[in-house]
Amino acid sequence: MALRKFDTKVQYLKYKVLREVAREAWNDTLLEKLYDIPKRIVPGKEATMRCCVYKERAILAERIKIAMGGDKHNPNVIEVIDIACDECPVSGYEVTESCRGCLAHRCEDVCKKGAITFDHKQRAVIDKTKCVECGACAKVCPYGAITNHKRPCERSCKVGAISMATDDTCAASIDNSKCIACGACVYQCPFGAIMDKSYILNVIDLIKKSEESQKFKIFAVVAPSISSQFTYAKLGQVITGIKELGFHTVVEAALGADMVAYSEAAELADKGFLTSSCCPAFVDYIKKQFPDLAEHISHNLSPVATISKYIKETTPDAKVVFIGPCTAKKMEFKLDTVKPYIDSVITFEELQALFDSKDIDITTLEEGVLDNASYYGRIFARSGGLSDAVAQALKEQGLDNFDLKAVPCDGIEACKIALLKARKRILDGNFIEGMACVGGCIGGAGCLTHGEKNKAEVDKYGREAYEKTITDAISQLR
Amino acid sequence: MKITVCIGSSCHLKGSRQIVESLQYLISENHLKDEVELAGTFCMGNCKNGVCVTLDDKFYSLTPETTKDFFATEVLPKAKA
Repeated sequence: MALRKFDTKVQYLKYKVLREVAREAWNDTLLEKLYDIPKRIVPGKEATMRCCVYKERAILAERIKIAMGGDKHNPNVIEVIDIACDECPVSGYEVTESCRGCLAHRCEDVCKKGAITFDHKQRAVIDKTKCVECGACAKVCPYGAITNHKRPCERSCKVGAISMATDDTCAASIDNSKCIACGACVYQCPFGAIMDKSYILNVIDLIKKSEESQKFKIFAVVAPSISSQFTYAKLGQVITGIKELGFHTVVEAALGADMVAYSEAAELADKGFLTSSCCPAFVDYIKKQFPDLAEHISHNLSPVATISKYIKETTPDAKVVFIGPCTAKKMEFKLDTVKPYIDSVITFEELQALFDSKDIDITTLEEGVLDNASYYGRIFARSGGLSDAVAQALKEQGLDNFDLKAVPCDGIEACKIALLKARKRILDGNFIEGMACVGGCIGGAGCLTHGEKNKAEVDKYGREAYEKTITDAISQLR
Repeated sequence: MKITVCIGSSCHLKGSRQIVESLQYLISENHLKDEVELAGTFCMGNCKNGVCVTLDDKFYSLTPETTKDFFATEVLPKAKA
């Protein structure tokens, strides 16, 4: 029943931990019940996930730590749980039993390094001292007999931040100087051994201290990708659910996106070349791997920081919590430039856990409304949307003379290609829209579900916006 | 004098932008830019009575159609006083 809310059982397990931690936190019983939670999630004596229930519970204890904010000494929000890591093989390309010892030897022909020879049974053998892991042999084998033993975490990490620990654990290890906190590994690790730190306890604490908005008001700023989430309920019911949790009101980050599109278009027309600043993982990637291009990063704050700044300026005692699909936002809100505007960040996964920790069944709630932004602000949630919005903003400001050549980059690999070209000055474009996650924010690691229909859901939500132009959406703010 | 218009979702759908626009127009037409500060806020917690507007600390429930009257009977006398 509950599984239909998530893509994988790993997410479901993580959710159960978050839910139980939150449940005790609401009741002020977390410290006394802390050690009961693993047994509550894994009762009985039969192991279902690991070698024995004791290891399962030991790993759950680690998950609880991360649900409570994780290692305070590690500045990264993405953390490895050493004992949960299955230490998958890292041997690279290997010939399996499926090799039939054929006559064609396509593998041998395609290998430019001469790394493939044949044993006395005519079966292929890869010489590891010559192999450069290009994968050409695996592609041409008609039996699919050559497989790549690469860890799913390493495979998912397109910025090369994950390797095998050099100590005797052999667990995955994250290089913080390369990691951009996109969360791809969190979503991809089949053992759930990499997790994003959670700030749900901070949010619960804020809500309690606000005393039902008597002491101060807490604003939830939600990402437009929410339109592709919580598909088992209506969006309006999700909004009511957020208010039931104790938030004063819910505001669209997409309105911040409208504001960003407007000023980014002007900045682009002025400077002639820009890279977008919406995706914190993309911005971090440029700073870490392409520092020479950092001067071209748009000077706009991200959409959520922009709207949060407006909220804090108009309601001075406001607290702002961002609810989105993104683990990298958990890094962004700690930056000095963003810190004053955003008090905490949680994901859609964590929002689901918060609902259930208070036994809020959103499907039974009345539908609230969420309508602040235009179509263009809302489609920021998917790849290409930001470019469309900037094109529209140029038009609305009468800057049609500027010849926009947008390069929407879908995923960090595409970003890398565009940035390499920009560095060599051979990029056919003047505006790089960088989205670290494939598909855009709807592909974020903190999404409950990642589906084919998500892009269509975002576009539909965009079309439902009351305001049809960026100018109209932001006119009331000035 | 400060007029605050709620621009939260519920009031927005009931026409808060149109109210902001006509207030902006009326303020400038009456040369009151120095006396009247116009501000927005997200949700005054009174959505059923939206569009929510406050004039200093007094609450008003407006529609785009009643905005002109509101300006004439509430804002102008106060500005002249």
